[in-house]
Amino acid sequence: MKLQKNTLFALYSVLESASRPERQLSAGEIARKYGISPHHLAKVLHTLAQAGVVESVRGVGGGYRFAGNAKRLTLIDVIALFENINAPARGTRPRPRRHSAGPGVERAIGTVLSEIDAMAEATLRSISIATLLKLAVRQRRQT
Amino acid sequence: MKAPRPAAPAAVRVRNVRAGDLEDVAAIDLEITRLPKPGYWAEIYRRYGSGRRQQRFFLVAEAAGRIEGFVIGEVRDWEFGSPRCGWVFAINVRPKARLAGIGSRLLEAVCDGFRRLGVTKVRTMLARDNQLILSFFRSQGLMAAPFIPLEIDLDPAGTERA
Repeated sequence: MKLQKNTLFALYSVLESASRPERQLSAGEIARKYGISPHHLAKVLHTLAQAGVVESVRGVGGGYRFAGNAKRLTLIDVIALFENINAPARGTRPRPRRHSAGPGVERAIGTVLSEIDAMAEATLRSISIATLLKLAVRQRRQT
Repeated sequence: MKAPRPAAPAAVRVRNVRAGDLEDVAAIDLEITRLPKPGYWAEIYRRYGSGRRQQRFFLVAEAAGRIEGFVIGEVRDWEFGSPRCGWVFAINVRPKARLAGIGSRLLEAVCDGFRRLGVTKVRTMLARDNQLILSFFRSQGLMAAPFIPLEIDLDPAGTERA
C-alpha cells in the first residue's frame, strides 16, 4: 500500500504533535525533522487544523498543537482527510467494458483486490495514534 | 444520576474461574454479543476451567465481589504448522467496567501463564470489523501474524460442487 505524500506528511505531523501534546510545533520544525518542504507541510497542517486534529496557536512561539484524542483517533481518520480510501487505486481494478469477453475473470480479480482493500482498511482502522506512538517507541528501542 | 466509575485496576483481582462465576461470565457475553449460548459456557468451563488444566487458562477479573471480565486461552503445539504458542480465543469486559485497564490486566495475566509454560509468542484471531477488540489488541502491541485465515461456504450435503 502506498500513501500519497500529503497523507504521509499529515501522519508525521500528527505523530509529532501527539507525542508532545503540551508543546506547540511550527511547520518549520516538523519539516526540518522529516526533510520536507515547509510550504507543502503548511497546507497539510491547515487541513489538519480545519478537521480539529491540531489547533493553530498564533503569536510569538506559535505553531500547531495536537487537539485530538490520541486513543480514539485512528490512522484511517487521518488518511481519510487526504485520500478517498474507498476509491480503488488507479490501475488496480479492471475497467468495466460494455461487451466484456470475461466478466467472470474481471469479477474474480475484483474480488481478490477487494479482499486486500478490506484487510488494509481494517488494519488502518484498528491502529490509533497512541498505539502507533507506542510502536514507534518500541522500534526505536530495537534499533 | 452519574454512572458508577469503573473499578481502578488495583481493586481488580484476576484469578482462575470458579463454577459459581459462570453465570456472570455468560451474562457478560450475552450483554456484548446479544447471543444466548445455552450449554456453551458449561462446556467451556468443563474444558478450560475445571480439573487439571494443563496449558489451558480461564481467568476472571473480580472487583467488589463481581465478575467484570474474563479471558480464555491455551497453549497449542504445532497448530497451523506453528511452533508452540499461546492463543487467546476470548476476552471480554463488562461494557460499564471498560476503560479502567481490566482488559489489559486479563491479557497480562494470561500472558504470564503462557510465559510460565515457556511460551514466547501469543496469537489471537478476530473479525476484521470488530474494531473495538481489534484496537484493544493493537494497543497491547499485537501485530499482524504471518497467517491468513481462509474460509468457504459449503454446499449442503448431497449437492455436487461446480
